[in-house]
Amino acid sequence: MRRIVASFVAALVVAGCTTASEPTLTVLAAASLAEAFADLDPGEQVRYSFAGSQQLVAQVEAGVPADVVATADEAAMDRLVRANLVETPVVFARNKLAIAVRPGNPGRIRVLADLARPGLRLALADGTVPVGRFAQQALQKGSVRVRPVSLELDVKAVVSRVASGEAEAGIVYATDVTRASGVEGVAIPDDLNVVATYPAAVVRAGANRPLARRFVFRLTGDRGRAALAAHGFLAP
Amino acid sequence: MKRTALLAGAGMALMVLPLAGLLQRAPWSTLGTELASREARDALGLSLVSSLGALAVSVVLGVPLAWILARVPFPGRALVRALVMLPMVLPPVVGGVALLSAFGRRGLLGSWLGSLPGFPLPFTLRGVVLAQAFVAMPFLVVATEAGLRQLDRRHEEAAATLGARPWRRFRTVTVPLIAPSLAAGAALCWARALGEFGATITFAGNLPGRTRTLPTAIYAGLQTRPEGAVALSLVLLAVCLAVLVALRGRWLGTT
Repeated sequence: MRRIVASFVAALVVAGCTTASEPTLTVLAAASLAEAFADLDPGEQVRYSFAGSQQLVAQVEAGVPADVVATADEAAMDRLVRANLVETPVVFARNKLAIAVRPGNPGRIRVLADLARPGLRLALADGTVPVGRFAQQALQKGSVRVRPVSLELDVKAVVSRVASGEAEAGIVYATDVTRASGVEGVAIPDDLNVVATYPAAVVRAGANRPLARRFVFRLTGDRGRAALAAHGFLAP
Repeated sequence: MKRTALLAGAGMALMVLPLAGLLQRAPWSTLGTELASREARDALGLSLVSSLGALAVSVVLGVPLAWILARVPFPGRALVRALVMLPMVLPPVVGGVALLSAFGRRGLLGSWLGSLPGFPLPFTLRGVVLAQAFVAMPFLVVATEAGLRQLDRRHEEAAATLGARPWRRFRTVTVPLIAPSLAAGAALCWARALGEFGATITFAGNLPGRTRTLPTAIYAGLQTRPEGAVALSLVLLAVCLAVLVALRGRWLGTT
């Protein structure tokens, strides 16, 4: 028994040493990037922390130790730029909106205007979240007046409302409509769509800025783009 | 002794410092305008209505439950009591998921109840009330049951020998005797319902004027209009303090 404990402790010490000796980056990223970033091969040890863009900005402002921050809208990033907390941001991906419906599209939602159908249970993201604001812009462009049943606090909650059948449709990012999400996507034509821009920037207070710059640089490189494209993101 | 005092001081700081931070951040000069805004009034009104509704549901269903748990021995009573208390420790968001699994459109009962008037519940005020009652009712049940157990039953027996029927006995003898416990339970239940967030947002959603309660408005507002969110937080803080002060004799002791 003692030997087991001893070898367990030894293993812990070794594990501790290996992680400590390799340089580690902390990347704060928008929730919608979670799946794509998981497939990224950054070439170094990276710790990801995913949250809503507004929350990420608040974290950097509060001095959370981080090397890179990637948000889902430029307004959020601009706040960090103005406060001189980050280096010049680089746009590395774009995203469009899509209508999420139940698998098989039982409600026969074809166009944005269908969302105005009386009695249709529509879930949107709240206007405080980028995707909620973009959805409002798209609806405005199409002069579609809707009466949502709920304004969810992040995009994944909108997806889950539709997947669970509580809502019949929702407006989400095109990248949120995945096989695993349990919803089907209906495209929104470009003239009504709103394009979300994803900037990434090196945090000035970061401990390893050269490495952080390399991470941001690789996001726009061939392999970074391929990983993002595989998850439905558009090129910058 | 010294170390104990130090740890106790740190413990107190942990509780008090965040509140001090909140007070320091409060937009005192514009508090009135913040609370008079349409959004704040909607959330305040909705929270008031829904939490009182949750309290009413809790009294109507919780007092009989407490009575059964206190007075009627039956196999598995300890288990039932544990189940009734579960929402007190269950993470509220899990409660919300559980409510969806039961009363959602594709839930256990929801798919049967769906066509009845008043259903389905998600995205409605009734859904908010249900979520709040689910989380808050245990506070009322626990306090009421404790009151019933401590009661000297000779008073009820005396009333019975004088010919009072059960309902009259309950109304004129039991309720006045357990009134302090009942009031304390009701106050805690109401305060818990008022502050409920996780189960409510998960089960009932968030729509201003319909299902957006105070805590949801605070959470949503924090990222865009922090002053408004902090102002609403102060309201909840004040209400909770008021409830505690009202329960002073019972919970804080006289020293």
